[in-house]
Amino acid sequence: MKLYCLSGHPTLPCNVLKFKSTTIMLDCGLDMTSTLNFLPLPLVQSPRLSKLPGLVLKDGSTFLDKELKECSGHVFVDSVPEFCLPETELLDLSTVDVILISNYHCMMALPYITEYTGFTGTVYATEPTVQIGRLLMEELVNSIERVPKAQSASTWKNKEVQRLLPAPLKDAVEVSMWRKCYTMPEVNAALSKIQLVGYSQKIELFGAVQVTPLSSGYALGSSNWIIQSHYEKVSYVSGSSLLTTHPQPMDQASLKNSDVLILTGLTQIPTANPDGMVGEFCSNLAMTVRNGGNVLVPCYPSGVIYDLLECLYQYIDSAGLSNVPFYFISPVANSSLEFSQIFAEWLCHNKQTKVYLPEPPFPHAELIQTNKLKHYPSIHGDFSNDFKQPCVIFTGHPSLRFGDVVHFMELWGKSSLNTVIFTEPDFSYLDALAPYQPLAMKCVYCPIDTRLNFIQVSKLLKEVQPLHVVCPEQYTQPPPSQSHRTDLMIDCQPPPMSYRRAEVLTLPYKRRYEKIEIMPELADSLVPLEIKPGISLATVSAMLHTKDNKHVLQLPPKPPQPPTSKKRKRVSDDVPECKPLKPLLSGSIPVDQFVQTLEK
Amino acid sequence: MGSRQFLFLKGKKEKFFCFAEGFEEVKRAVRTRQSNLLCNVFILSVSCSHFHLDHCGALPYFSEMVGYDGPIYMTHPTKAICPILLEDYRKITVDKKGETNFFTSQMIKDCMKKVVAVHLHQTVQVDEELEIKAYYAGHVLGAAMFQIKVGCESVVYTGDYNMTPDRHLGAAWIDKCRPDLLITESTYATTIRDSKRCRERDFLKKVHETVERGGKVLIPVFALGRAQELCILLETFWERMNLKAPIYFSTGLTEKANHYYKLFITWTNQKIRKTFVQRNMFEFKHIKAFDRAFADNPGPMVVFATPGMLHAGQSLQIFRKWAGNEKNMVIMPGYCVQGTVGHKILSGQRKLEMEGRQILEVKMQVEYMSFSAHADAKGIMQLIRQAEPRNVLLVHGEAKKMEFLKQKIEQEFHVNCYMPANGETTTIFTNPSIPVDISLGLLKRETAIGLLPDAKKPKLMHGTLIMKDNSFRLVSPEQALKELGLAEHQLRFTCRVHIQDPRKEHETVLRVYNHLKGVLKDYSVQHLPDGSITVESILIQATAHSEDQGTKVLLVSWTYQDEELGSYLTSLLKKGLPQSTS
Repeated sequence: MKLYCLSGHPTLPCNVLKFKSTTIMLDCGLDMTSTLNFLPLPLVQSPRLSKLPGLVLKDGSTFLDKELKECSGHVFVDSVPEFCLPETELLDLSTVDVILISNYHCMMALPYITEYTGFTGTVYATEPTVQIGRLLMEELVNSIERVPKAQSASTWKNKEVQRLLPAPLKDAVEVSMWRKCYTMPEVNAALSKIQLVGYSQKIELFGAVQVTPLSSGYALGSSNWIIQSHYEKVSYVSGSSLLTTHPQPMDQASLKNSDVLILTGLTQIPTANPDGMVGEFCSNLAMTVRNGGNVLVPCYPSGVIYDLLECLYQYIDSAGLSNVPFYFISPVANSSLEFSQIFAEWLCHNKQTKVYLPEPPFPHAELIQTNKLKHYPSIHGDFSNDFKQPCVIFTGHPSLRFGDVVHFMELWGKSSLNTVIFTEPDFSYLDALAPYQPLAMKCVYCPIDTRLNFIQVSKLLKEVQPLHVVCPEQYTQPPPSQSHRTDLMIDCQPPPMSYRRAEVLTLPYKRRYEKIEIMPELADSLVPLEIKPGISLATVSAMLHTKDNKHVLQLPPKPPQPPTSKKRKRVSDDVPECKPLKPLLSGSIPVDQFVQTLEK
Repeated sequence: MGSRQFLFLKGKKEKFFCFAEGFEEVKRAVRTRQSNLLCNVFILSVSCSHFHLDHCGALPYFSEMVGYDGPIYMTHPTKAICPILLEDYRKITVDKKGETNFFTSQMIKDCMKKVVAVHLHQTVQVDEELEIKAYYAGHVLGAAMFQIKVGCESVVYTGDYNMTPDRHLGAAWIDKCRPDLLITESTYATTIRDSKRCRERDFLKKVHETVERGGKVLIPVFALGRAQELCILLETFWERMNLKAPIYFSTGLTEKANHYYKLFITWTNQKIRKTFVQRNMFEFKHIKAFDRAFADNPGPMVVFATPGMLHAGQSLQIFRKWAGNEKNMVIMPGYCVQGTVGHKILSGQRKLEMEGRQILEVKMQVEYMSFSAHADAKGIMQLIRQAEPRNVLLVHGEAKKMEFLKQKIEQEFHVNCYMPANGETTTIFTNPSIPVDISLGLLKRETAIGLLPDAKKPKLMHGTLIMKDNSFRLVSPEQALKELGLAEHQLRFTCRVHIQDPRKEHETVLRVYNHLKGVLKDYSVQHLPDGSITVESILIQATAHSEDQGTKVLLVSWTYQDEELGSYLTSLLKKGLPQSTS
């Protein structure tokens, strides 16, 4: 059993597990933090961004000034944003049999894998994962494609050149592997390879391995996976949550008795309490609006936004915000809001009960009906007519590098009345804001990450008792910024095995048994002998049939007639290939009786 | 249309599995001889295939009045809709008909609390042996077929299903799960219904003609199921033809029902699912809620009204109002039970006796159109082809038609097909293989032997099966002995073969060696430095005869395990050596 680690990002994992005769890819997350090194893509030409000075190197050379721009002491690449792909050289990805997706955030690299590596297998994911994953990809492609950028910078990627650059560009890893965004046809092709699965559905892979998705409690349709044969069980835990938000709660019991538990996707903000953050979010929002400012919430079009809207639904009347317009701008805003209402089976119990009434499970249906929440595909068209300030806008992308959020950052950045509230934990808010500096706008950081924290992890591990734990190396030491917090790491016995990007781990597990079926006819012919009380033995000589990794024992064919003619010279004819084997002898010998018999 | 009840016995331990069915039938069953079986100990689980009352009507009675307290399984839509229909059923039976020995509203609520909702394809472990799995069945929203598995034996119960996708639902589907028994409904055992499109065109034509000539169309329906399909059909037709006549559906259930369809849109067919964001097919533009007063409005209209068999309620009221006018039409889209007004008019009766001895003369046109979504003969065969069962059991339907289908199934699939009468017990024998643990060492050794180019070719393997407290392990004989702490005995056979050969001993040995090497090409024949020969594990030594130097004695010794080769060798040597050429 081997684990190939293709991603260095602990919450956007991409691992390949070789187990028995199968090659299984676990998630294919796309590391988008690389986009933070790029200049934002404004929908309308931004005079400020176009006037940024080009980079002058320490030695005074200016050959990079077209590609790299400086803004408030940071250097940015002036090009179409690029993403850091999972490792593609560590093993031949065309040999991957199946890809298991745990949640819609962890499938963003799928088109790169399925369309560029010769992949011919199947992808398994739940229906909400696929539908919302498609929305995320659509939004991503849309917001990058609608701002065609003439130039694509590549000189700076040259190793010799990169060495000369200031940090963080100098230290950026694998820049040669960075790729531009995929296209919609590629997304569609990738998604067409997905087969839908439901929680606790047992899926046979080549008869050798069985995989099962389990509810992980983090997002709509998010799953952990059990990969097992008759004797071995590997649990893949990725992006799980024990908090009660909208998704179905996490299924912990089924993770018990694992030989190996691969643990990824823990909270990125272990010190923040999501409930407290939501409270802070609401109060900051209210305060800004009351003072006549606008609130910008950079977010993904699905996920935490449903919870935020639900909180606001309960909060706006009491906070006197009922007249403030809430806008949700995304090419997939409408689809996301509609889809959230039809996945009753994937929701928590409270929401399911509402559907049984029948009522929409999420209150944003009511917000839309009462015109408190309006959604638009983009800032063009209807939105420009309806736009009223002060207002609250939810829009993407949380990296602040593309999408309509860029427009509002430019528009509102100069006024200290306005506030931008960061709720998505995927990007460092300081880095995200860097190309907009200097900024008068208020910035509030309320990261809401409902994934497991370290206390919950140690409780979980105590509960499910895996023999071995495997996790990204980041989880085996305290975060670099808080090196004294030894509580912010995984603590278990035996200590977890850790992996880093481009590493291959041999998992400590040895298989000893395999399942085989004895056909009823053969079973009838067996002669068991009780050797010790309760223990019987039977000698088995049978034909072994192996098909689709399933082994079956059948009655051997009748031995051919023993040769009567001694003239035949070919010994191999005389001694048939399938000669029955004489059993080993054991037991006590009744000597007297034996001798008596001989005497006769 | 399922109105029977099944119990079966399976597995190592006795297990009963019950498919909840109609109220009256279960009640009868409880009263009669099966009652002793219906105690909690035996029934492990109940699964409810869909929300039609003939499939779930007895649930509260069963769980709250008989005392069943095990789990009940349903899909989410069934769980959502079922209590509403039950409550409706209760109201009609208790409040209108005055039945007393019936379940209460509270019982419905308590019963629903015991329901476990299942996903499609989810494997539910009921206990350590029994697992169930639901498959999509088409028929109505949330309808499911259930697979029940105990060890390696399995049964599939279809409930009602539909193998052709319709305007709002997809087709039933099952994987090649090869159950030991497939229990399928056979309501339309011999019918191969004319194509869906024809029926739809026919329906639209009739409605259109009636409306054109200013008549009113009454379509008695059950609240959920066909109603939605016909609504979609009329809605799209109205839009295409730009018709203005109003369409209504009767209040209450149907309106609410459409809401269920909107929220459970993932259970509908692919087309509706794909387009629901742009246009939700269950948000009707042309179809409005019905008000009692509308029935007397002049001019044409189309009304969907419940219930479907014209036996009570709004549909019957409207029917009475409109029956006298030959311009009007009633379209019965489904089957009607004997004794109902629907059944009477379908069988041609035109003078009906209503309560109060009133005679109602039916002048309006009466049309019957089968839209009920059951699998027809073709569909049943298709399902059997998909699932590849070892036995088939037919339920529901007329015996003659079932007999025909039974023959067809036996002919085409060469499997046993049963059609037990009500109350009859069918015993089906299965012959399951026995799963055993094989040590990987043995398996690998056996597959490695010979390393034939064709690795898939069956090979002979030898091992010892250890049976200990219900566990079966197949290991190599050596390992078995070691594990059990048994000493191995060596049984050797020794045989002397006399050979006339005047030469010296070592030369004789050499001749024997060359001879054997020539004959036994596939075996390892070795000449050891101490002067002996080995063929595999068989030892051959030569000594001069103590009395006759011209006779050499060959001592052949082999173990019990090599008996065949050993005796073959002796007989070979007894024939003497070939004349030496040297």
